[in-house]
This record gives sequence, C-alpha cells and structure tokens, in this order.
Amino acid sequence: MGSNSNTLVKLKNAGYQQNDKWLVKGVSLEVEKGKIVTLIGPNGSGKSTTAKIALGIYKKIDGEVEKYTNKVGYVPQKVSIDWTLPLRVRDFMVLTESIKEEAIDEALSLTGVVHLKHKNLGNLSGGEFQRVLLARAISKKPDLLVLDEPVQGVDFTGEIALYELIKKISEELNCGILLISHDLHTVMSATDHVVCLNGHVCCSGSPIDVAKNNEYKALFGEQAAQTLSIYEHKHDHVHSHEGEIKKN
Amino acid sequence: MFDDFFIRALVAGIGVAFVTGPLGCFVIWRRLSYFGDTLSHSALLGVTMAYSFEFNIAISVFIISSAIALILIQLQKKTNLPGDALLGLLAHSSLAVGLVVIGFLAFIRFDIMGLLFGDILAVTVNDIIIIWAGGALILLVLKLIWKPLFASTVNYELAEAEGLNPDRAKAIFTILMAAIIAISIKMVGLLLITGMLIIPAAMARNISDNPPKMVLFSIIGGLLSVVIGLFSSLEFNTASGPSIITAALFLFILSLLKIKQSIQLKN
Repeated sequence: MGSNSNTLVKLKNAGYQQNDKWLVKGVSLEVEKGKIVTLIGPNGSGKSTTAKIALGIYKKIDGEVEKYTNKVGYVPQKVSIDWTLPLRVRDFMVLTESIKEEAIDEALSLTGVVHLKHKNLGNLSGGEFQRVLLARAISKKPDLLVLDEPVQGVDFTGEIALYELIKKISEELNCGILLISHDLHTVMSATDHVVCLNGHVCCSGSPIDVAKNNEYKALFGEQAAQTLSIYEHKHDHVHSHEGEIKKN
Repeated sequence: MFDDFFIRALVAGIGVAFVTGPLGCFVIWRRLSYFGDTLSHSALLGVTMAYSFEFNIAISVFIISSAIALILIQLQKKTNLPGDALLGLLAHSSLAVGLVVIGFLAFIRFDIMGLLFGDILAVTVNDIIIIWAGGALILLVLKLIWKPLFASTVNYELAEAEGLNPDRAKAIFTILMAAIIAISIKMVGLLLITGMLIIPAAMARNISDNPPKMVLFSIIGGLLSVVIGLFSSLEFNTASGPSIITAALFLFILSLLKIKQSIQLKN
C-alpha cells in the first residue's frame, strides 16, 4: 500500500493492548478520498478499537497511524449523554464545530429528523438519536467519516435509506468513510474495500475476494459467504439434490 | 446609607458571582463538586503560607490549590485508590496541615472564623482589583477553551476524535478552578466556596433546557445570592459567606417549584 495524496488515514501494523491483553494487533489499512472501507468481524474482534486507533483516541499504540486530515466526523458505537446536561439536538449539532443554521437543517433533513431540532437529546428514541448522531457527523462536511455501526436501532426501511445516504455522501463530499457494520447485505453493496477482523486482519480485499476467502467462511459460516456472493451475481457453487453445496 | 466596607463587599461579591456562574455549570456537568471541595480545603494551607511568608493571599492560595490539583492527577494515575478516596485524603490532610501550621503562627492575630466562612469587613480595594482583574482573565480563558471543554464534557471520544484536544482543556479548567477559589476565598470563606459554585448552577439546571440558558441563570442566581446575602448579613449581623449561601439555597428551593410545574404540564 503506497500512500498518495488521496490517503486520509493509514494504519501500518497497528495494535492496541489494554490490561496486558491485545484488543487488536497487526492491522494495516488505508482510507482514501471517496472510498468506503468496511470493517467486519465477530463481537470482540477489535473493530471499534481499530476505528479508535485510526481516530487517534488511543494514543499508546503499537505500530503506526498516519492521519492526513483533521476534518473528521465520528459516530461512536456507544454514546451516553448525561442527564445533568440540558442539551437540545441543536446544541449537540454544533458540539465540535460551529456550523451555519442552514447546514444544521440540511443535515438533519437528510437523516430525516429535522423536526426534532429543538427537542431535548434525552427524550429521543434510540433510532432517532442514531439519526442525529449521523447528521452531526456529516453536517461539518468532513474529509473522513468514521461510522461505528451507524444504523443500530434504526427501523428497517430507515436502515436502507441511511446506507444509501452514506454512499451518496461519500460521492458528493468525496470523503473517505471507515464503516463498521454487522449487516453484510447492505454493506457489501456499497463497499470498496472490506477488512475482516478477528483480533487481527483475517482477510481483506474487495467484497468478492473476502467472500471467497476460506478464513472468512470459517469465521462467519457458509451462509454469510453466500450472502456476499449475491452481490457478485456469479455463482461459484451448485446445490446438490440433498442441499449440499458443491464448489465449481 | 451604606458604610464603605459594604459597598466594597458588594462590588467584590458581584465580581465573584460573574465567574462562579459559568464555572459552577461545568462543576455540575462534569461532576466535580468534591473536587472543588478538595481545592478549597487546601486553600487554608495557602492562606497560612501567605501569612508565613508575608505574601499575597490570593496568589498563595492559587499556587497551593494548583499544586494539590496536580498531585491529585498524579495520584489518580499511580495508585489504585478510587477518586473520592483520593479527594478526601487530599482535602482533609491539607486542611489539617493548614491548621497545624496556624498553630505555629501564634504571633499573628488570626481570624480563623473569617477565613472559614468569609468576612465582608476584610474586603479591601486591593481585593476588588484582584477579583475583577482575575475574574475577567478566568472568563476570557474559559471562553477560549469553551468548545473543547464542553464537547468533552458531553462526550470525550467525540471531542478527541474530531481534533479538539480535550486533555489540554481539562488541565486548563483545573487551573481556573484553583484561580476562582483563590480570588473568592475572602468573600465566601473556604468552607463555602464550593456552595457558591454548585448551588446557583443547580438552581439554574432546574429552570433551563439548554447550556447557554443554564449559564445565564447560574450567573443571575449567583448575583441575586450575593446581593440578598450581603444585605441580610448587614441586617442580621451574620457572617457574609453563610448568608450568601443561604440566599442561594432559597433561590434553589424556589426553582424546585418550576420543576413541579413542568412535570404537571407534561402529565
């Protein structure tokens, strides 16, 4: 991976340990402008940790991380807002950067929650809050978006719409996106590069390459491999009469 | 109508209230009530140092309180003790050491009650200058670090990820806390300074739905507490600090009525 002027963030053999336990180790990846890189992997495989290494939240890391932009939008996996803070959606939108009123409205409209602008953050439902989080991250028109399960708790139709929005944003803003998601169906249709983690990089490449990878199959099972293959629209196996799968 | 000392106390108290208002909001948001307490207890040691070396009280308190804050941060990193235990350890040991040092200073007439609970008679023109100049500086710095400090109060990782440097903001805020305690100790006394930080801000929380409003109400609450408290301390010949805090408490109780109303409206 040679870095070029399009590189936004680059991890070289990066790892992080907490209490003498490696959360993730030996991760190399690169996010470029206009590209979507997706991290997949089972629970505890180090997806969020990798995102936090890329963001510079974890500082005492192994290996190297090179960040070429400071215009970053982040949707964390978990955000707990304290009740001692009286905070409206509008106040939250300008949390890390002062942006114009129109930009706030625009971003909130895109994620479908503009009507909640003056509501208290504590009164939102999980899905509504998730939409606000995404709106906040995109409203500052960042170079790099890091989205850690951005559609958790969002209803099914909303989920599809938000993934379409994420893809559209990456094209319109020409920003790089580091995405973490469990939803293989939706993710694969929009992703340029997939990194499959399991404490280390188990495999990486285009969605098709990853789907064919044996380690990936071992990790997620044959079912998941087929899920990915749908997007290939080429069948690399046939079903026998007994329902068994035979490789071509 | 008013004696000169009273006008001085009023001007000084108003200056203090302008600064404790916004700082108090952060004390509540960041759950730093006991941290404020620890710093103010350590202020006694600062005062005795000032007397021992014939040094300005505000500057001496500022130095000692900042030092205690730094020691606390180090202890948090290097020991496994919980935060509240460390705060208690530092608060009471610095208070004790301060009182022991006072024992050695028998040659100086020492108004310990005034020190603990505030003394309006003690406020000099010099103090007013320190309060207003120091207060203006504190507010200016607070305005400069507002964005990273507030963002990291809401969510540390968001602030860090989006390049706001929350650790630096936190360190600066700690120093501002030491500074406000240093400049307000004569007015409110070291046992009650935290009350001046917390109570008006708590009152403001009850009647606000967004951060700027809470800061505004916190300042107004502090100003009213100072004015009402000082007038009643003149009327009833009570110590200034407790009178101000009692006035703040009354405002807080009034603000509870508003909560009751809004709950009823929702139902």
